[in-house]
Amino acid sequence: MEPISVITGQMAPLPRANVDTDAIIPKQYLKRVERSGFGPFLFYEWAYDQEGEPIPGFILNQPAYAAAEVLVSGPNFGSGSSREHAPWSIEDRGFQAIIAPSFADIFYNNCINIGLLPITLTDEQVATLTDIANDPDNVVTIDLEKQTVTTVGFEAHFDIDAFVKHRLSKGLDNIALTLTHGEAIDTYEETRPGFKPALS
Amino acid sequence: MAPRTMYEKIWDDHVVRSGGGSEPDLLYIDLHLVHEVTSPQAFESLELTNRKVRRPDLTLATVDHGVPTEGRALGIKDPLSKKQIDTLVANCKKHNIELYDISDIRQGIVHVIGPEQGVTQPGMTIVCGDSHTSTHGAFGALAFGIGTSEVEHVLATQTLPQSRPRSMAVNVNGELPTGVTAKDIILGIINRIGVAGGTGYVIEYRGSTIDSLSMAGRMTICNMSIEGGARAGMIAPDETTFEYLKGRNYAPAGDKWDRAVEYWESVRTDPGATFDVEIDIDAADLAPYVSWGTNPAQTVPVTGSVPNPSEFDDPLERDAAERALVYMDLEAGTPIMDVPLDRVFFGSCTNGRIEDLRAGARLLAGKKIHPEVHAMVVPGSGLVKMQAEEEGLDLIFKEAGFEWREPGCSMCLGMNPDILMPGERCASTSNRNFEGRQGRNGRTHLVSPEMAVAAAVEGHFVDVREWV
Repeated sequence: MEPISVITGQMAPLPRANVDTDAIIPKQYLKRVERSGFGPFLFYEWAYDQEGEPIPGFILNQPAYAAAEVLVSGPNFGSGSSREHAPWSIEDRGFQAIIAPSFADIFYNNCINIGLLPITLTDEQVATLTDIANDPDNVVTIDLEKQTVTTVGFEAHFDIDAFVKHRLSKGLDNIALTLTHGEAIDTYEETRPGFKPALS
Repeated sequence: MAPRTMYEKIWDDHVVRSGGGSEPDLLYIDLHLVHEVTSPQAFESLELTNRKVRRPDLTLATVDHGVPTEGRALGIKDPLSKKQIDTLVANCKKHNIELYDISDIRQGIVHVIGPEQGVTQPGMTIVCGDSHTSTHGAFGALAFGIGTSEVEHVLATQTLPQSRPRSMAVNVNGELPTGVTAKDIILGIINRIGVAGGTGYVIEYRGSTIDSLSMAGRMTICNMSIEGGARAGMIAPDETTFEYLKGRNYAPAGDKWDRAVEYWESVRTDPGATFDVEIDIDAADLAPYVSWGTNPAQTVPVTGSVPNPSEFDDPLERDAAERALVYMDLEAGTPIMDVPLDRVFFGSCTNGRIEDLRAGARLLAGKKIHPEVHAMVVPGSGLVKMQAEEEGLDLIFKEAGFEWREPGCSMCLGMNPDILMPGERCASTSNRNFEGRQGRNGRTHLVSPEMAVAAAVEGHFVDVREWV
């Protein structure tokens, strides 16, 4: 996982509530066994018609937003399934951060685990950012260390769990962190009750 | 010690290492359920980092999301699904993980087989790369869905770092009106709290109505916790739970059973324990619900009408309702019972158990489905299917005109060939009515098994309370 410090890039506005994981990546694209290559299927059914032709009005099909790196959307972003394919597809498309008033729990964790920065701001702040993002020339700067989002005429502080921030800013491998507590796991296993089920 | 809720007790009992408030706690995972869609990248990464599966004996795998539900003798036609399933088979073999593959009678939806085998037990921590893992909370377990990075984490360490969620009690009391089911209880709860009302919470469903439910009903309720935003939902274990578990394949026996029951009884929420939020629901106020929109909170009682988006105060909710009506091709003010149907899907981890099939068959016996309706039953597991066939339920469904399929997730999410055609409208016993969920431009209406059967016969929604 790459460490995150400062992200500077264009915003893409997607002002909808409850953007769910089925919308982010429809199930017909979950069949790959690889971790990469999901970007072309991002928001597929909003972006392409039934014949597979791009729908020109969709924000990510507009050439002016082709290089966007920060997605700005509505509350309860990422609701629905646990498919990590959802953040993978957003990341694979070139996004480094998502700004929304709230996120679904599993989606939020999945983002953290792959180093895609989810930022929670207030409804009003996100509405303002959406207006600003409607001009594709506007660029936003996100500073993880300072916990700030800055763009033309806008500056906001965002909250983030201190340990999550530490992991993201160092790009730490979560499994390696846990394995440093291997002795604690061994000790715990010695005390597990014998009536707990085991398969083989 | 201060009184604690059930979730707090189970949490405390699984802390391998306390984060001391500044870091997440490291929780031990008692059972890891694995399926073909969210695991291949985890196994691959495990191998790239030269890590092993720490506890194959606490890991159980099956194939469910992508399996075909007919023509299995011909093999899996979709090459991508076949590769995904073959990959799981190879990974399980390599890492010595028990797998119920497509030819195994125990194969089925991952949230049906855990309870069925008795490997889901009270007081456990259970995870799976699937958001409906909350189902297992019906046994008084702390069970939640995880992403693929976390699947890899559990495979490698049998633990997960987790930050403590808040607690919510949903108290449902009173006698459930005739024709109102567990599905309607949870649809009613989600309508009340909203699709994000449970975000950040573990829900404990409590009260006399919940206590009176079968394990199947309790699983239906816990299953849909995630549709209200809660990663986990749970119900205290009691005699109904113990009765269900006794004698099952992986349930403890003899002396171990007695020790287990003693522990299971101890995990119930203490008298005087407080929840961060409490919500009270009177069962008498519940009705059979039908979803009209594209999220599971967009529901009305069957006697209601499609709402007018202008009724919603919040501009984003209003916009969502407007979009939903366009997608669903519904006009505000249309009575729900006037909505005609093309398809009926009976199955899923929400309502694919033997009790659901019995309830459906009881209503359907001697009737035929509407000639314009294409209906199918997909049992939740091979064992559910076998049991139903022993009881003759398959004949009731088939004689009525339902297709009788092989077990899997099927049209709940349409990763296999079972999908809606564009524009088709379906009464579904599943859990999600998102845009495109059952097939591109397919229109899903979530209902109970009883409501689905009645709708299949009439060709449109009817009030099952008055339908015979």
